[in-house]
Amino acid sequence: MTVTSTPTAPLTSPAHDEYLAGLEPVLTARDVSIEYEVTPPVHAVKHASLTLHRGEILGLAGESGCGKTTLAYGLNRLLKPPAILRTGDVTFHDADGSDIDVVGLTGDSLRAFRWDKVSMVFQGAMNSLNPVISVRSQLHDVMTTHRPQMTKSEREDRAAELLRLVGVDPVRLDSFAHELSGGMRQRVMIAMAMALNPQVMIMDEPTTALDVVVQRGILREIMRLRERFNFAVVFITHDLPMLLEISDRIAVMRAGEIVEIDTAESIYLRAQHPYTKKLLSSFPSLTGERGSFVRGDARPTGAEGEES
Amino acid sequence: MSTLEVRHLVKDFKLKKGKLRAVNDVSFTLEPGKTIAVVGESGSGKSTVARMIAQLETPTRGEILLDGAPIGRRGRAMAEYRHQVQMVFQDPFASLNPYHSVAHHLERPLKIHGVAKGAAVTPAVHELLERVNLTPAEVFAAKQPHEMSGGQRQRVAIARALAPGARFVIADEPVSMLDVSIRLDVLNLLARLQREEHLGVLYITHDLATARHFSDEILVMYRGDVVERGPSDDVILDPQHEYTKTLLAAAPDPARHGRLRDEVRAELAAAS
Repeated sequence: MTVTSTPTAPLTSPAHDEYLAGLEPVLTARDVSIEYEVTPPVHAVKHASLTLHRGEILGLAGESGCGKTTLAYGLNRLLKPPAILRTGDVTFHDADGSDIDVVGLTGDSLRAFRWDKVSMVFQGAMNSLNPVISVRSQLHDVMTTHRPQMTKSEREDRAAELLRLVGVDPVRLDSFAHELSGGMRQRVMIAMAMALNPQVMIMDEPTTALDVVVQRGILREIMRLRERFNFAVVFITHDLPMLLEISDRIAVMRAGEIVEIDTAESIYLRAQHPYTKKLLSSFPSLTGERGSFVRGDARPTGAEGEES
Repeated sequence: MSTLEVRHLVKDFKLKKGKLRAVNDVSFTLEPGKTIAVVGESGSGKSTVARMIAQLETPTRGEILLDGAPIGRRGRAMAEYRHQVQMVFQDPFASLNPYHSVAHHLERPLKIHGVAKGAAVTPAVHELLERVNLTPAEVFAAKQPHEMSGGQRQRVAIARALAPGARFVIADEPVSMLDVSIRLDVLNLLARLQREEHLGVLYITHDLATARHFSDEILVMYRGDVVERGPSDDVILDPQHEYTKTLLAAAPDPARHGRLRDEVRAELAAAS
């Protein structure tokens, strides 16, 4: 079961339970509450529980300020003051069968865990590359830190291989961030997140700043890599139509709570929570009906709907 | 009938080496009550078109005609043009002055364009705020931009554009910075105001779905050229140009859930 007994368990459906049968969990978060210690305190995440399974893409949808990024940072132990994990535990189920208590990690063990087991593609990844060192140095940096036994030529081979995996020509190893297009920078960030063969990748709005055509290319690349390496992805975005297209499951967050979690198909066809329905209707369909969009003499059905 | 017409608009930007043709021969006519959407990716030249119409850039060639006459480029003629043609910018966090109240933002255009003066200014400000659903108006008039959400700020920006009594509004990605659940509210607001005021709207966007539902006509731009144009349903449902097809195929479509995975799997199976 994904949903543990939280004060208000998210809505779900039998199809969801059916989907989960036989899947192997890789990361379990139970009853996670995160608070920003400011005055007054902000309860950014409230009793959120979710389980991520090996090889699946879990979409985390919601608007700005709903706590989705904060939750992701909590899973990866990236919270920094004033954010604090109040309650809950996060367990990583390693491929070798051992369990890691993520919340309890400190110092070297935390350093070894991060990026190696769970890596992240940050929001605004376009600007996350170091502007003053080359792509090569940045990729090597990951490996010298986490794989000190690798020789220089091994690192070089791996760096070139990583760029090829994400569809960037290895000659770009010598480039600096400003010499790359937005899409290429994003691909390099994904290559870096994949450098250590992590079992989980958290992607926080990885394509938001990109044009649709470039975005589509990167989504395909992520899907392709997922098939090959079977890592699990937590994909965070407010773009629900995109999530519906790529995710296996979707969790919808509002005001710090997961209000609904279900398979993408169920969310699309049988959304239960009013907020999920509202989010879905916020995107007029490209080829279908105009949803809650009002223009001309059409009768209003949407929120604005106070016509003269 | 009043019209805003652009004819054979060309814009070159000088680069270190040579030049870049950002806009190449763009023509269209905006009429009251009508919306034209210009869609395309970053760098397609769509914003440059908007900026030339707003007179923030000077066209290299071509003309802009208001009611059939070439537009004034300086002095009183320019002020008169601005009276008629106003712009709503993409970023509501940057387009309002953080030092001034909402009332100040709306009073200025009212006074400058002589719409209201003296004791009539404050009621006019309140009326504008009510028209963009920022009520109670007295409360919002006293607010500073940082006290408002993005959607509220964009409503102020829309009210500001309407303040001079503009007949044409150039909206450059007016909702792309806003949260998804309020985007439609703002677009619906713009559509309602358009009906009430009989405005001509140029809607610049990269979002094909809203372009289709919000506009009468769509122009698809690619690297400065208009590659396809026509009634919005025709362009979206029956695209002719390759680029329009690419753009449409790239737009997320929730009805295709799961299909991308199947495609990728098939592709990998074929390759191995």
